[in-house]
Amino acid sequence: MRWHRLAALVRKEVTQIRRDSRSLLIVVAMPVLLMLAFGYGVSFDIKHIPVCVFDREGSQQSQDFLKHFQASEYFNVVKTVNTFPAMIHAIDANECRLALVIPHDYSLKIRTGGPVSVQALLDATDNNTANVSISYSEAIVQAYSQQLQLEWLNRQGQFMTQPTLSVDVRTWFNEDLESVANIVPGVVAIVMAVIGSFLTSLTIAREWERGTMEQLISTPVTSLEVMIGKLVPYFLIGMLDTGLCAGIGVWWFHVPFRGQWSVFLISSALFLMVVLSLGYVISVLAKSQLAASQAALIATFLPAFLLSGFIYPIDQMPTVIQLITHIIPARYFMTITRDVFLKGTSIPLLLDDLIALAVFAVVLTVIATRSFKKKLT
Amino acid sequence: MNHETPSVVVRDLVKQFGNFVAVDHVSFEAHPGEIFGFLGPNGSGKSTTIRMLCGLLRPTAGQALIAGHDVALEPETVRQSIGYMSQKFSLYNDLTVIENIRFFAGMYEVPPAILQERIPWVLDMAGLNGRELALTGTLAGGWKQRLALGCAVLHRPPILFLDEPTSGVDPISRRRFWDLIHQLADEGVTVFVTTHYMDEAEYCDRLIMIHQGKIVASGSPMELKQQAMSGELLLLECEPLGPALDLLRTTPDVWDAAVFGNALHLVVPQAETAIATLRLLLSARGFTVRRIGPIPSSLEDVFVALTSKRGQSAKEEL
Repeated sequence: MRWHRLAALVRKEVTQIRRDSRSLLIVVAMPVLLMLAFGYGVSFDIKHIPVCVFDREGSQQSQDFLKHFQASEYFNVVKTVNTFPAMIHAIDANECRLALVIPHDYSLKIRTGGPVSVQALLDATDNNTANVSISYSEAIVQAYSQQLQLEWLNRQGQFMTQPTLSVDVRTWFNEDLESVANIVPGVVAIVMAVIGSFLTSLTIAREWERGTMEQLISTPVTSLEVMIGKLVPYFLIGMLDTGLCAGIGVWWFHVPFRGQWSVFLISSALFLMVVLSLGYVISVLAKSQLAASQAALIATFLPAFLLSGFIYPIDQMPTVIQLITHIIPARYFMTITRDVFLKGTSIPLLLDDLIALAVFAVVLTVIATRSFKKKLT
Repeated sequence: MNHETPSVVVRDLVKQFGNFVAVDHVSFEAHPGEIFGFLGPNGSGKSTTIRMLCGLLRPTAGQALIAGHDVALEPETVRQSIGYMSQKFSLYNDLTVIENIRFFAGMYEVPPAILQERIPWVLDMAGLNGRELALTGTLAGGWKQRLALGCAVLHRPPILFLDEPTSGVDPISRRRFWDLIHQLADEGVTVFVTTHYMDEAEYCDRLIMIHQGKIVASGSPMELKQQAMSGELLLLECEPLGPALDLLRTTPDVWDAAVFGNALHLVVPQAETAIATLRLLLSARGFTVRRIGPIPSSLEDVFVALTSKRGQSAKEEL
């Protein structure tokens, strides 16, 4: 390895990136766009579910019950109907996801202490929203029912100071249960996977496509120097982009960063080594920029998106898929970023993931070094 | 013939791509200061040979010693002592002239102090003074070629490989380019040039004619002309040309006939007798003979002679 050559390679690569407006756009705009798109676009929070109401009684008591739905941030009463067909239509026309039917003898039954059933019709095409609607409405109804019972007991002259059994809930790490806090650290990993592999996937293929490779390999430069010369600029860019993404997460989306920056930087560096090497190997094999960039996206973005635990929790996956996730480097980095951001976990507890990431980094770097041969085929 | 230690020794070099033999047992030696031409049509194996000599392709068999080092065993040592200019322009179009020069100087580890002297030298040579900051992609063909040559000789290699360096370049730039090559050879550089321009081959000290991967002739341009053309060459202008060619190809006293521009070139055993007989024969068959006479042979005729069927017998006489 000769420093003089390495320096010339790095300088050349940086000059080329600087002159190529598309590269610059990818380097600067892509992380920002992806952060905003995911930060705002992907939300697992279910709030303001549209509700249609068919109050067959229209009494003060029935309206009091409905007020509890209206007051909840999870529901939004958007429509009141007076006939059954109108209600069906509201569901069919996607005006509401939940329709509530209050029976005509509601207040009578409440007064006599008899059981009352309020009918809830759900549009379960989106099973997740339907499930959440059921839980939320049950919770509201239960609380209201308890309140009615207490009032009824009070009127009977009996006092019950508190319910017999209750769950005392404390949510840790993401106190407000906001999905943005869960997503943003994950997006950092996704952006790094995409940018890292995409940029390097073009570098070697571009030289073959433009014919410059033939001149380059006729010089005494070594394969190792070529690889390092190509990866160093993108490593630096990748680290800057990582900082940019993390900054957007912390200052724009107000996601807490509770861990140590050093842990975050070490793991980011390891993960970057993984994706840069992967992109480089793909570039060596593909020899065309188009094929290489597509292969790089498929090889990094999809696994990072689907199999890393970003969207679907790994422990909820079928066993076979769970096993497969172990060979997805993004899985380890995803765990580390989330833990570092939200839990503030320090190195000892993340050791397994860090070691896994380091192993991937070493293996892929070695493969990358070996992949490039200074020969025409 | 130069009797110094040869700078390039090639022995039985073979390159096979699958079943196709691109280079078939090629052997030769080249000496310092020699301009060594590889002449042959496209696909004859010229570029493949040069690429093997530069270590860009692995030979299937045979050996190549460049400046005393085996290309297959010590490719990096060899690369330090050669300069290479590929057939397709292969500098970085998105870098400026000076950036390309600095980059390749870096690849060859030219010390900064020496580079300071060589940059003006290369710019002078390429005629690019004042255009140092121009993007290479914006330069015209001739300038690009000279810059590529400049980048290939920045480290003053004793051996230079130029693969069709003048293809697609205007005649004036070609002329200038050959002046540069002669200048380098005068300084002791062994220059390998492939070309399919026969007129360029005349600038070489020594030539190898290569056809279908095999060497069909080698020697100085003059030697080749004398030896290969054991017959004499006639130029014939007549009407109509096509039928005349068909007729002459079946005439026993004509060894070879080929179209050359709007005339025919004929190879005959003896010029004077042939002119008389052919005049008679052609007028008897109703052809109008405008002109017939002996001409000195060009290398193109030599090549045609050597690669045509009747030429094979001429080659055996070598």
